Amino acid sequence: MFVGAIFFPLLGATISGFFGRWIGDKAAQWSTVICMVLAAICGVLAFAQVALGGDPTTVPIVTWMDVGGLEVSWALRYDTLSVVMVAMVTFISTLIHLYSVGYMSHDATPPRFFAYLSLFTFMMLMLVTADNLAQLFFGWEGVGLASYLLIGYWYDRESANRAAMKAFIVNRVGDVFFMLGLALTFHVFGSIEFSTIFSSVEAHAGDTFLGINAIELIGVLLFLGACGKSAQLGLHTWLPDAMEGPTPVSALIHAATMVTAGVFLVCRMSPVMEFAPTALAIVTIVGASTAFFAATIGCVQNDIKRVIAYSTCSQLGYMFFAAGVGAYQVAMFHLFTHAFFKALLFLGAGSVIHAMSDEQDIRRMGGIWTKIPVTYAVMWIGNLALAGIPFFAGYYSKDAILEAAFASHSGVGFYAFVLGLAAAFLTAFYSWRLLILTFHGAPRADRHTMEHVHESPLVMLVPLLLLAVGAVLTGYVFAPLFIGEHEHAFWNGSIFNAEHNHILHAMHEVPDWVPLAPTVMGVGGIALAYILYMAMPGLPARIAQTFSARPQMVQRLPLVPREGAEQRTEPDPGGLYGFLLKKWYFDELYDLIFVQPARRLATVFWKVGDARIIDGMPNGAADLAVQASRGAVRIQTGRVANYAFAMIIGLVVFVSLFLIGR
Amino acid sequence: MNAAGFPLLSLITFLPLAGAAIIMSVRGDEAVVARNARWTALWTSLIVFLLSLILWARFDQSSAAFQFVEKVSWLPEFGVGYHMGVDGISVLFVLLSTALTPICILASWEAIETRVREYMVAFLILETMMVGMFAALDFIVFYVFFEAVLIPMFLIIGVWGGARRVYAAFKFFLYTLLGSVLMLLAILYLWYNAGTTDIPQLFEYQVPRAAQTWIFFAFLASFAVKVPMWPVHTWLPDAHVEAPTAGSVILAGVLLKMGAYGFLRFTLPLLPEASAAFAPLIFVLSVVAVVYTSLVALAQEDMKKLIAYSSVAHMGIVTIGIFTFNQQGLAGALFTMLAHGVVSGALFLCVGVLYDRVHSREIQRYGGVAAIMPSYGLVFLFFTMASVGLPGLANFVGEFLVIVGAWRVNPWVAFGAALGMILGAAYMLYLYRRVSFGKVTREDLRALLDLRPREYAVFAPLILLTLWMGVYPQSFLSFFEASVANLVARHEAALGAARLAGIQ
Repeated sequence: MFVGAIFFPLLGATISGFFGRWIGDKAAQWSTVICMVLAAICGVLAFAQVALGGDPTTVPIVTWMDVGGLEVSWALRYDTLSVVMVAMVTFISTLIHLYSVGYMSHDATPPRFFAYLSLFTFMMLMLVTADNLAQLFFGWEGVGLASYLLIGYWYDRESANRAAMKAFIVNRVGDVFFMLGLALTFHVFGSIEFSTIFSSVEAHAGDTFLGINAIELIGVLLFLGACGKSAQLGLHTWLPDAMEGPTPVSALIHAATMVTAGVFLVCRMSPVMEFAPTALAIVTIVGASTAFFAATIGCVQNDIKRVIAYSTCSQLGYMFFAAGVGAYQVAMFHLFTHAFFKALLFLGAGSVIHAMSDEQDIRRMGGIWTKIPVTYAVMWIGNLALAGIPFFAGYYSKDAILEAAFASHSGVGFYAFVLGLAAAFLTAFYSWRLLILTFHGAPRADRHTMEHVHESPLVMLVPLLLLAVGAVLTGYVFAPLFIGEHEHAFWNGSIFNAEHNHILHAMHEVPDWVPLAPTVMGVGGIALAYILYMAMPGLPARIAQTFSARPQMVQRLPLVPREGAEQRTEPDPGGLYGFLLKKWYFDELYDLIFVQPARRLATVFWKVGDARIIDGMPNGAADLAVQASRGAVRIQTGRVANYAFAMIIGLVVFVSLFLIGR
Repeated sequence: MNAAGFPLLSLITFLPLAGAAIIMSVRGDEAVVARNARWTALWTSLIVFLLSLILWARFDQSSAAFQFVEKVSWLPEFGVGYHMGVDGISVLFVLLSTALTPICILASWEAIETRVREYMVAFLILETMMVGMFAALDFIVFYVFFEAVLIPMFLIIGVWGGARRVYAAFKFFLYTLLGSVLMLLAILYLWYNAGTTDIPQLFEYQVPRAAQTWIFFAFLASFAVKVPMWPVHTWLPDAHVEAPTAGSVILAGVLLKMGAYGFLRFTLPLLPEASAAFAPLIFVLSVVAVVYTSLVALAQEDMKKLIAYSSVAHMGIVTIGIFTFNQQGLAGALFTMLAHGVVSGALFLCVGVLYDRVHSREIQRYGGVAAIMPSYGLVFLFFTMASVGLPGLANFVGEFLVIVGAWRVNPWVAFGAALGMILGAAYMLYLYRRVSFGKVTREDLRALLDLRPREYAVFAPLILLTLWMGVYPQSFLSFFEASVANLVARHEAALGAARLAGIQ
């Protein structure tokens, strides 16, 4: 059971990937789906035994490496923290496999797609069940690979290739810090196995490295690694571009599971993080800033998937600052509920895109809610959950996060609380903007597309409905376990709170207005979106123009029609609106300070450094030798007179030297 | 050590020469000779490989001593003998050489059409020299093999190479020879002072501190060119570009390891103080190599050149690992050497597959290959990812250990090595994207055929090896664990003694 949950997906990936060509598309698809179902059954059983039954266990497999005290094993660590992830990942992955059967039915190479998807699931499971940092890194890079392959799945599109590469490389930047954190962990603890590290944190609490507290440094380095994978401020640029991948991929990898790996890492390392208050403060600040920053961008994007992508980024920020104030349980809870409603939103968006013949720009949608009622309904549910409207899943977790931030009574905690509240308002605003623009108002697509609008097949609707149930219920059902009265027994020591950390109790004792505030903000955001887009549809464009430096460049409709899926860059109208539309100019900035100089430097090193200087010397020496010998050849004229002359000159020189020297 | 008293190492070393002799003796028309040469070379190299597997099976992993030792006195009055043996450091390189040779011969099956007989002879001689070099336990014998490797390689590049083959061959030869001359002087000094060239005996001899510096730089001149370290690396891209595919494979797979092997075998044990004193220099050169050549690789337009530059970057990781003087670093360096031998060899074979079909190495010439040749696309991707250092594949283990080891010495060096992770991903993925992904823009590419059975046979062992090394590296690490531990212990003891002497 424990092994099965992890390795069934690998089996499915192998069957589909290597034998897909022989057994046919149908067989390949369904074999992965069956493997995933088996894995999900194992996952849920494991959840029941480990988390509900309180019986953590570790399944050793084999030694990976053992070099001079550095021992690393392949092993599956099953405690509550990991089994929550295992159950969630296998369950959602199964639904998404199922959904993909319908979504990818017109694709040319479905076995490849399903193999990648299953491979991803396997890697993600390896990540969460890792027993040491190196195996975690294996899964970490493995999901990166799968994400790279899936973003670039349609590899004949230039934009997809670029996005895939960007995702991998930006992630690599984070990975470098992860790797260094790993090296430092080994340096300090002499081991990278979790149980050894956790048991000796206190003993090493005072260690310093390069004059810095070693534990703090480990915390910061690992968090920087987490920033890459979880798309936090600074390293977030890959996530929106990752939407080039097929929509089920966005749902599974870039919303529900992989991007939460960073949050998982911080929670997994809670025993270390608890001794690193500065690192936690950094986590809080970065998380809160990301939550706000991504939400502001989400308000002006026009691609349905990008809006949701920025919302993912923002929600990950929430999770981070929850962990940053010490409420890891709450962060995990939000991770858990978020997985359901965000997967739902993406799959719903996929259903819309499917219905609209692959249109993704919400400026070309509208007026379709009667034609795809089920999709419309589940999108409502997803957005209600996302906005934190009472009794939907997000309400429980987001409220708890903001309460925890408030209850931490620290400067950074308050910073997080304020930005979190603002982001809650923006979240509700952009969610309803999306909902209204997509489904309501006058149809803005061309006639041909509108005639083809159709509800998705059953194989896509079933996962949607199941996820919708999750988005409604997970908050209510699991809140007592994750963050309520049973939390201590539930987590069973897999998350560590230091003695001085009473955040989980304190968060229930905040003033009465605090739990109410997010809901008010959410409703306010919805109301604003309603006013702007439903009641006065002309207003947003005028606002956009007011806040642009070049108002004439504000696009109400995309420049390039559907065929131009390749080229989705919009003109930059400048001003505040342009600042948001161009995503705070992060891409431009990085291009300017990293990409361009690297390219220029590469050419300089090659053409000047290698070709002219390093090769210049031996080649120059060779030329010199050739020329010298040519000169010598010229002396050999063969005329006796010349030789005689040379001899006389030589004699004179020698004699004079002799005379002078004496 | 050598239970049966059977000269196994000599047999492995010189059997290829016998094969070469058979090939030479065949007469007849060209086609017959060519076919005969191919099959004889393949069988010879396979038998050698099987024999070398005995080394794998019978090697005592718990011992750091030299095993399978053979000793015959040769010039007794000068203290020079024919002395062969392997320890944990060298045994796997013998295996790497014997494993790559049949693969190379198979890879040149159809690619080489002219002078097949001479080509195969050159390859078998090359194998003898490589194996001999790794197994030699006498400095003179080592030097002979070390230099003799150049000759078949020079011919392989110069005769069967590409358009600028003569320039590349001479550059390769002169660069490497120039360094070796200085090493010869150092060897003469050692022989003059220690009275022997026997390597285990030399280990007992303490080189005076003042002389260590000079010898260190003499060795450095020779080994740094072979590694190659920045800034003496420019012969490598030229040699790779012009060499035939199999030549590149051997060059990257085995010949580049000779320099690093020299550091491990001679510089570290013989010159502990100088090594420690100049480690910062090596670190600087290595980090520069990693960053500089990775950037240069990014700008390349020729597939082979790109992979050649990536080799320099990877070897930078190796030299960092060697000069950390701790177990993780050294084991990581050794592992990276092995992994790089397999992976970059395989990458050159990948380029070769395309070159055989299209006769162009220019990246611009390709695009969308994955759609036309799906199996090939997968294989190429596999090795691209291995080269990037994806955990679970071969290169990661070495890189990881080197970074962990380097961190213990100097975190900034570790950071420099880790920068290679980003840049490595950048240039390899950029290469893969331009070659395999994208739309098929050139119509003639559409007719390309996917991998043939012979090519599957070439890649299959390499794929298995890469996975094996990545998932269960312990079966390789355990080979050199004892030897590395011994090396580290001796190094620390020597430094400790020197420090004591300094205090008194």
